[in-house]
Amino acid sequence: MPSEWIARHDQTVSLIGEWTLANYCHIKASLIHSKTQTELGKATDITVSLEAITRLDTAGAILIVELIGVEKAQAVAEWAAELPKEQQALLIRIAEAMEAPLDVDPPSYSRISQALASVGQKMVGLWSQQRQLLAFIGLVMATIFHLALRPRHWRLTATVAHIQQSGLNAVPIVALLTFMVGAVVAFLGATVLQDFGATIYTIDLVAFSFLREFGVLLAAILLAGRTASAFTAQIGAMKSNEEIDALQAQGLDPIELLVLPRVMAMLISLPMLAFVGMLSGLAGGAMVTSLSLDISLTQFMATLQKDVSVTHFLVGLSKAPVFAFVIAVIGCLEGFKVSGSAQSVGEHTTSSVVQSIFMVILIDALAALFFMEMGW
Amino acid sequence: MDLDKPIEQNSQPVIKVRGLVNSFGSVVVHDNLDLTLERGEILGVVGGSGTGKSVLLRSIVGLKRPNDGTVEVLGTTLNELNDQERSQIERRFGVLFQRGALFSSMNLQENIALTLIEHAKLPREDAEHLARVKLSLVGLPPEAALQFPESLSGGMVKRAALARALALDPDILFLDEPTAGLDPIGAAAFDQLLVTLRDALGFSVFLVTHDLDTLYAACDRVAVLSQKRVLVIGTIDKVADTDDEWVQEYFHGPRGRAAQRAHTASSTNAYTQE
Repeated sequence: MPSEWIARHDQTVSLIGEWTLANYCHIKASLIHSKTQTELGKATDITVSLEAITRLDTAGAILIVELIGVEKAQAVAEWAAELPKEQQALLIRIAEAMEAPLDVDPPSYSRISQALASVGQKMVGLWSQQRQLLAFIGLVMATIFHLALRPRHWRLTATVAHIQQSGLNAVPIVALLTFMVGAVVAFLGATVLQDFGATIYTIDLVAFSFLREFGVLLAAILLAGRTASAFTAQIGAMKSNEEIDALQAQGLDPIELLVLPRVMAMLISLPMLAFVGMLSGLAGGAMVTSLSLDISLTQFMATLQKDVSVTHFLVGLSKAPVFAFVIAVIGCLEGFKVSGSAQSVGEHTTSSVVQSIFMVILIDALAALFFMEMGW
Repeated sequence: MDLDKPIEQNSQPVIKVRGLVNSFGSVVVHDNLDLTLERGEILGVVGGSGTGKSVLLRSIVGLKRPNDGTVEVLGTTLNELNDQERSQIERRFGVLFQRGALFSSMNLQENIALTLIEHAKLPREDAEHLARVKLSLVGLPPEAALQFPESLSGGMVKRAALARALALDPDILFLDEPTAGLDPIGAAAFDQLLVTLRDALGFSVFLVTHDLDTLYAACDRVAVLSQKRVLVIGTIDKVADTDDEWVQEYFHGPRGRAAQRAHTASSTNAYTQE
C-alpha cells in the first residue's frame, strides 16, 4: 500500500522522506493505516529499507524502533549499512533507551476506596496539623522563656523591621476599614433603635461593639490576611532555597532568628492596631450620629464617658496578644511546612490565612462566652 | 533560511554576536564581545566565576536585552522581531538552565510533553510517549516519568532538564553547566550522548561548562571568556597554548592535565564505543 511515508514492493518495505517530529502524527497515522506493523510481525521474510529516508530526528527514530523492534534496531549496521553512520548511531541510542518497558501506569483504585482514602488522609492531616501547631507553640514558648533572660539573643533590629512591616504599614488600612464598619454599625443601630425612640443608645452600641469585639477582631482578621501570608511566603521561600537547613547546619536556631522576631513584632503591633481600630470605629460612629441623628460630638463624648466603663476596653484589648501569637505562629509554621515547589508555597500561604482567620474567630467566640460568664 | 542542508554545505554561522556590551549598573560584564557559533559544532564556553558566561547565554537566548551590540541567531536579529516571529525562532532553541528550572507543578513527563503539545501540536498521548523515550534516552528510569521535580536528586534534575531541552529536537542547544552535579559516570555518558545526538541531528551546541573532561570529550571548539570579551577561541589544543595566566592555570593545572591524559588515552577508541 503506497503512501507518502511507506512503500511496499513485494517483500520490501521502504520508509520514505522526512521522518521528523513535524510529521510524527502523519507518519503514525499512515503506519496504522497500512498495517505494516502487523505484517512485519507475522512474516519474518519481509525486509525493511531505510534508504529513502532523507531526514531523521529522535521522533522519527522512535517510530522506526517501534516498527521494527528494539533488537533489529540495535543491529541496524548489519541490514541497513547504507544509512549514514550518524543516523545508525541515533537509532541504536533510541533503541537502547526503549529497551526497558517505558509505560508505567499509576496504580489505580476504585472510586469508593479513593473517596475513603481521601477522607482518611484529610482526617489524619487535620489531626497531625493540630498536633504540629501545639508542638510548634510549645517550641516557640520554650524558646521565648529560654531567651527572656538573655538580652544578647534578642533580635531587636529584625523585630523592629517586622513591627514596621506588619504594624505601622497596616495602620491606614486598619483605620479606614474600622472607620467604615463603625459608620455602618451606627447606621444600623440608628435605624433599629429609632422605632423604640432610643436613638441615643446608638452611641452605646458602637462603643460596646468596638471596644469589646470589632476593634480587635477586625484588626486581627486584617493581619491574618496580610501578615500571616507574608510570614508563610518569606519562610517558605527560605525553606525551599534550603536557607533554613543552612541555618541549622551552622548551629543557628531558626526559631530564634526567624520566628521570635516575627512573633514579638506581632505581639507589639496587634494591640496597637486594635487600639487604632477601636478609636477609628468610634470616630466612624460619631460621624454618623452627629451628621444624621443630630447628636453632637460633645454629647457623644459625654455619653461614652457616662455609660461605658473602661472594663470593656480592657476586655477587648486583652484578646489582642492571644490573636497576635496565634496568627504569627500559624504563619511561621506553615512556612516551615513548605516543601520545594512553588505550588507548595502557594498552598501553605492559603492554608495559613484560612487557619489563622479561623482560629481568631474561634478564640473570639470562646472568649466572648468566658467574659459573659464572668460578668465582665 | 534552509536548515535541511547537511552541515558541510551550509557554512553560515547560526549565532553571530558582534560588539556585545552588557552591564549591571556600573559593573560592566561584557565589553565589545564578538562570538560566532558555526553550524553543527559544539562550542565550549569557559571562564572564571563571574566572567559573564551565563549572562552571555541569556543575551543570546533573548532573556536579557544587551546594552549595546547585535546578536544574530539563525540569520535574524532577535530583538528586532515581533513576538510571533520571535516565538518561531525560539522554539528552535533548547535551553538547559543551570539549576534545571523544571516546572515544579508538573511531573517529568508533562514537563517534557508541554512543548510537544503546544508547539508540535501532538496529541497528549503521543507527546507523553515521546517524553518517556526522551527521559529514558538521558538515562532516567521509567518510574521517574511520573515523579515531580521536588522529589528528584540534583543529577536527575539535570538529566530531566536535558530531556526537556531536547524535546523539540532543537537547532541550537544551549547548555549551562550541564555536567555540574553529575557523577563522573553520568557526566561521561552525557558527553557521549551529546556527541551522538549532535552527529545524528546536526544541531549546534553552546555549552557553558567548567568540566575539563567535557571540553576534551565533546567540544569542537573552546572559547575563553576573560577581560570582558572572548579572549581566545579555537580548538582545545590551540586554546590551551594561549599565553594567558588564567588559561595556563586552567588547562595545565592538575585537573587540566588529568583530563588531557584521559582524553589521549581514550581518543583511540572514541568512536568505537560498542
